[in-house]
Amino acid sequence: MQIPEVMRTVPLEYYLFFSTALFVIGVLGVLTRRNALVIFMSVELMLNAVNLLLASFSSYRQDSVGQVFVFFIMAVAAAEVTVGLAIIVMIYRNTKSIDVQLLNRLKG
Amino acid sequence: MADKLFYFLTFLALLSALMVVFSRNPIHSVLYLILTFFTLSGHYVLLNAQFIAAVNIIVYAGAIMVLFLFVVMFLNLRSETQEKTSILSKVASVTAAGLLMVVLVAALKDVNLGTVQATPDFDSQVGMVEQLGKVLFSKFLLPFELASVLFLAAMVGAVMLGRREPGEQNTF
Repeated sequence: MQIPEVMRTVPLEYYLFFSTALFVIGVLGVLTRRNALVIFMSVELMLNAVNLLLASFSSYRQDSVGQVFVFFIMAVAAAEVTVGLAIIVMIYRNTKSIDVQLLNRLKG
Repeated sequence: MADKLFYFLTFLALLSALMVVFSRNPIHSVLYLILTFFTLSGHYVLLNAQFIAAVNIIVYAGAIMVLFLFVVMFLNLRSETQEKTSILSKVASVTAAGLLMVVLVAALKDVNLGTVQATPDFDSQVGMVEQLGKVLFSKFLLPFELASVLFLAAMVGAVMLGRREPGEQNTF
């Protein structure tokens, strides 16, 4: 059958490096920012970097299990976002801020 | 043609991902994140993973980002509330992320992943709904059903967390 054009012209290593870069940008966001919402978005970026790598390996190796895994990761991410955003709204209600630095008062 | 599209989408995705991290206003971060998700969906289309591309648009760009945008507007965060981070911790975190990048690239640069052989039995239909559905509802039936339990737990948890405590002031 016909191979998709991108698989003939772009090596799989490029997807590896692209996903690595995207993941590192997510790590950078988690480390540098103090706004809880932006930290949460950076976590989503990291999840998407992994999703892209799974999907590209699955397409190049003609194995659909990788894309089923991507589907499950998306489902878990959706559940995680609902609970995480509820927690952030609770934090805002109690502290009037979503700066994660203020949460060091959780220390016993 | 496809390789030019790959480079363009990669460039756009990395740029908007950087803007997510570095923009001051959380609403701009959300909008750039939506742009990142659309470029990633473009990548999925290039990889012939059309089901994942559609689900990515619907679930991420549709549902999750609307939730984010809703919370950002709900909390009414002003962008002028500057984050006071010390220079030292900024330098330390950028160095840590850079070192992670160096380690990952150094570990992966010599990896040999092989090339795609143009064999007659090449299966380009793995990303289609038909094949994914067959795998999802046979091999992964139990995890698929457990995901519904997870959603139920998440829904109950979100409602529990968002509920007002008795006697709490109505602050909004």
